[in-house]
Amino acid sequence: MIAWLKELIGATSSVPSIVDAATIGTDRGPSATLARQLALVIDLNVCVGCHACVTSCKEWNTSGAAGPLSDQNAYGANPTGTFFNRVQTYEAGVFPNTETIHFPKSCLHCEEPPCVPVCPTGASYKRAEDGIVLVDYDKCIGCKYCAWACPYGAREIDEKRQVMTKCTLCVDRIYDPQLPKEDRKPACVKACPTGARLFGDVKDPDSDVSKAIRERGGYSLMPEWGTLPANQYLPRRVVDTAAVLVAGSGIDHEPT
Amino acid sequence: MNPAFSVITFTLVAGAAQGLVVALAMTGLFGVSASAGFLSRTLMIAVAMLVIGLGASFAHLGRPERAWRAATMWRTSWLSREVIVLPAFIAVVSVWCLSLRSNPESGLAVLLLPALAIVVSAFLWYCTAMIYACLRFIEEWAHPLTVANFILVGMSSGLVLCCALASNANELVLAAVVAPAALFTTLVAWMSRVVAMRRNFAIRHRSTLQTAIGVHAPLLKQTSMGMSAGSFNTREFFHHASAAAVRHVRWAGQALGFGVPAALLAWGWISGAAVAWPLAVVVQATGLMADRWLFFAEAKHPQNLYYQVVS
Repeated sequence: MIAWLKELIGATSSVPSIVDAATIGTDRGPSATLARQLALVIDLNVCVGCHACVTSCKEWNTSGAAGPLSDQNAYGANPTGTFFNRVQTYEAGVFPNTETIHFPKSCLHCEEPPCVPVCPTGASYKRAEDGIVLVDYDKCIGCKYCAWACPYGAREIDEKRQVMTKCTLCVDRIYDPQLPKEDRKPACVKACPTGARLFGDVKDPDSDVSKAIRERGGYSLMPEWGTLPANQYLPRRVVDTAAVLVAGSGIDHEPT
Repeated sequence: MNPAFSVITFTLVAGAAQGLVVALAMTGLFGVSASAGFLSRTLMIAVAMLVIGLGASFAHLGRPERAWRAATMWRTSWLSREVIVLPAFIAVVSVWCLSLRSNPESGLAVLLLPALAIVVSAFLWYCTAMIYACLRFIEEWAHPLTVANFILVGMSSGLVLCCALASNANELVLAAVVAPAALFTTLVAWMSRVVAMRRNFAIRHRSTLQTAIGVHAPLLKQTSMGMSAGSFNTREFFHHASAAAVRHVRWAGQALGFGVPAALLAWGWISGAAVAWPLAVVVQATGLMADRWLFFAEAKHPQNLYYQVVS
């Protein structure tokens, strides 16, 4: 039922904890495995941190039927606002052997979303047909409890509408028969100039996303909480290439 | 986490009202005599406090006009369960209060309703605490000590309030029984908070920046969180208070929430000085505000790993 109870039971029994990971923190058993799970696969090897996905996401989702994603103080000194997608930057290693990692982050559409069972109104839900985690803006009371229950910080309250918002995987776009077939993808995927964002069904072993995960060693964020994120990340592979380039360039990396 | 004034108020005021009701119910069941008039007046105070608490909880919502919807998901959500049990508790206390006014000798007023009030109050404390304790990745909260904290702090503040009200109404038999109970519970509550704080200091969080972005370099740091002026993520999950301020609040919570009230209770119990009780109520209320603020501020949400550096 809850983590510490599991720990208590786990300490006295030798039952392996694989099942626990999927059930702790919720009052349900592990939810039935869905036949279809749409997700993004993000290639950290080619993301250049241009934020095109951020702006295209904002543009599409602020223009939708659900109403704008509000901004506060948009033209002031400290602008802030609602976004479904952020690109962050990290640095690994010690100079001169450092690596810059641009890291896009949005809702991971977990297969065991901890944000869903805690919602007191049922506004947060996971769709059975494609695994997308959504918020019904008409039912949300803005208690923010789902945001507390998301370890990834994927949910942002809209300060103007006072309801919780998050990535919808452009659910109002990917099924739209009015759009040409090649446009029925999330706005962020369409906008990415380097093709760092793949979109598809991770439950279909022959999909591009499944192949990429398989062949490129796709991984989940914070696997320790058993949330089973549907979105996966492809690790960087540039270390060897960079070393070769640096070695061949003759650049002196010693500090002067 | 960034402590919300509304939630601090709700948990403290409702918790104290629950403690007050349970104190009256327990003493009543154990045959400690108190006049029906005093009991019903005190229960009215408890109901008023619970309604204030309910109002404070509404203030936490972005869309309070839809609050009724929160009762629907009781199968999975502790918050939803709390939303159901709180009005149920108010109803039980109100009916008890009415039955005391109409027929104070009836089995309903003497036995059934006080017993029911204890059970419902216990469940309400459990629901409130589990809202926090069920979030497994907020490791400061995901522990039975959270449940102990809400029950003990509620009981302690309720008993202290009961002492003050009984002494003020000249219900000396009741006051004489409740005073040592208040002192004992306050000391136990203090102990549980100290244990919880020590545990929080020692926690080695399971999530690190490495697991957060899946890059297992020993040296890894954020250079940009992706925006320049903050977002919901930086407002809701960081308390933005300095380490020194947190330290002061910690000491204020320990001293005013538990230490000084315990000393006042001991003084009042031994010397019989009536001024000790109301003084203890006022001091403890202030101290528990600080302590509950700290309960929220101390919780380190793993999402904070993603929001470290502005650039």
